[in-house]
Amino acid sequence: MTYGPQTIGVGLFAFLALLGAAFAADPLFAQHMGILAIVLAIATVVMLRRQFFAPAKTKVDTGYMDEVVRYGSIATMAWGIVGLLVGVVVALQLAWPAFNIEPWFTFGRMRPLHTSAVIFAFGGNALIATSFYVVQRTSRARLFGGDLAWFVFWGYQLFIVMAATGYLLGITQSREYAEPEWYVDLWLTVVWVAYLVVFLGTILKRKEPHIYVANWFYLAFIVTIAMLHVVNNLAIPVSFLGVKSYSAFAGVQDALTQWWYGHNAVGFFLTAGFLGMMYYFVPKQAARPIYSYRLSIIHFWALIFLYIWAGPHHLHYTALPDWAQTLGMVFSIMLWMPSWGGMINGLMTLSGAWDKIRTDPIIRMMVAAIAFYGMSTFEGPVMSIKAVNSLSHYTDWTIGHVHSGALGWVGLISFAAIYHMVPKLWARERLYSVRMVTWHFWLAMLGIVVYAAVMWVSGIMQGLMWREYDAQGFLVYSFAETVQAMFPYYVMRAIGGALYLAGALIMAFNITMTILGHQREEQPIGAPVAKAPSSLQPAE
Amino acid sequence: MDTYTAMRAFADSWALLAMTLFFFGVVIFALRPGGRNASHQAAQIPLIDEHPEPRP
Repeated sequence: MTYGPQTIGVGLFAFLALLGAAFAADPLFAQHMGILAIVLAIATVVMLRRQFFAPAKTKVDTGYMDEVVRYGSIATMAWGIVGLLVGVVVALQLAWPAFNIEPWFTFGRMRPLHTSAVIFAFGGNALIATSFYVVQRTSRARLFGGDLAWFVFWGYQLFIVMAATGYLLGITQSREYAEPEWYVDLWLTVVWVAYLVVFLGTILKRKEPHIYVANWFYLAFIVTIAMLHVVNNLAIPVSFLGVKSYSAFAGVQDALTQWWYGHNAVGFFLTAGFLGMMYYFVPKQAARPIYSYRLSIIHFWALIFLYIWAGPHHLHYTALPDWAQTLGMVFSIMLWMPSWGGMINGLMTLSGAWDKIRTDPIIRMMVAAIAFYGMSTFEGPVMSIKAVNSLSHYTDWTIGHVHSGALGWVGLISFAAIYHMVPKLWARERLYSVRMVTWHFWLAMLGIVVYAAVMWVSGIMQGLMWREYDAQGFLVYSFAETVQAMFPYYVMRAIGGALYLAGALIMAFNITMTILGHQREEQPIGAPVAKAPSSLQPAE
Repeated sequence: MDTYTAMRAFADSWALLAMTLFFFGVVIFALRPGGRNASHQAAQIPLIDEHPEPRP
């Protein structure tokens, strides 16, 4: 392993970052570039220490490129813990404002840290790692582009670090799920194009004549996110070495662009990509083919054709033209059909093997994930109906809906995929403990149920309190009274999140022990319970 | 705003028709009678052998 030019490049960029800090137009840019310079300097030192000056061994290009997937699995797990932990902290901050530590750790800065950490750091790493794993195996080809896959992995981690530190410093362009400023956006664009090249290149050099449906979903995710990211972040920086930029759009066009991006981040990042995961890992873990391959093709085309138009439902009763609001609502309702088609396809894959739900906790986790996919894709269209939205919009109901999808669907399917991949990637016979997966599963389920149920109650209460007016037409409640009424629910929500985090911590321990090569001695699930030898002697 | 009007008219008519036709074409193609065997084979892809063939 010798990375001469790469090391020089990283060192050069560290120096450029230092120059950026020195000549910055504003103090925030100086701080952010300082962080970047430190990160890149550390990376340079690490790379120098891995430099070997002996002649390189002749590489035999056989097998899959799995080292980057191993790194990706660990990164997914680590970022998952960070993201969930920040989530619990922001939940506590809402219940007890004393947890707001100024200036860096206030709710306003921690909230985008939480959303980006779980969506882009945890979810994004899970998607990159599993897509590299799946595309190689279903194409029967090694990843295209050699070390470009490493650039994608480390480049993406750098994007996460820059985004996260930027939020805490107070650097934001205040677009939901697209908060990083222009220079971080440019970096992500470079990384994403490299990701597309690696993925598409692998598909193009495949040995399998057919492109398996999971790869279609992954490819749709990569291509669409590229398009959404570039269009939504079109902005003019105020200065070359400063943080501030202004959007290329103004007014309602800006709002619509943002929610076209925002909703399709849900549709293509959190849905299409993870459906790719479902279409590979569920058949693999159940050892049976997908229930209907043709349904999966129709699922794919219907999903991508409908999802892209659903965004305007985030702007009901705003300055957005009424026809656009109605369009968003109608397409959201139509989305119900492909979503449930996909759910049925995933669940029915187990038909004839339903006993695996009892004996295999990973299958159980996948089934729960698909069930939550079905539930949140039913709830979403209901909430997009304008009459329902007039009650639910801006309330905690939305937060509950997002979390039943994020914790239930995205979280559980990613956990299941990691549980499936890790023993294979490290050539272990099985996980350290299969029974711990059951613990993780029930803690997660309990956490989601507490979280979602509490947010439904608090959200509907909040919505009803806001619209309540008396016989004279005056509002009955002041805003502060609605906040006060939500206190018990905020506490319970933090408990639900903590339960989910506890499950993830058990998983992190389990995965770590598996990687280290340990195996816990335990009864296999579903095997007859061995009788303890009786010490009592029968009476003579 | 002329460009907007032109694009809007195009999106409302030919583009909409083309996308609808494409979508139904895809669905009909997926459900064509001969597709059963091909899709059955494609469904087996994840289940066959894990390791690629060694390169020459």
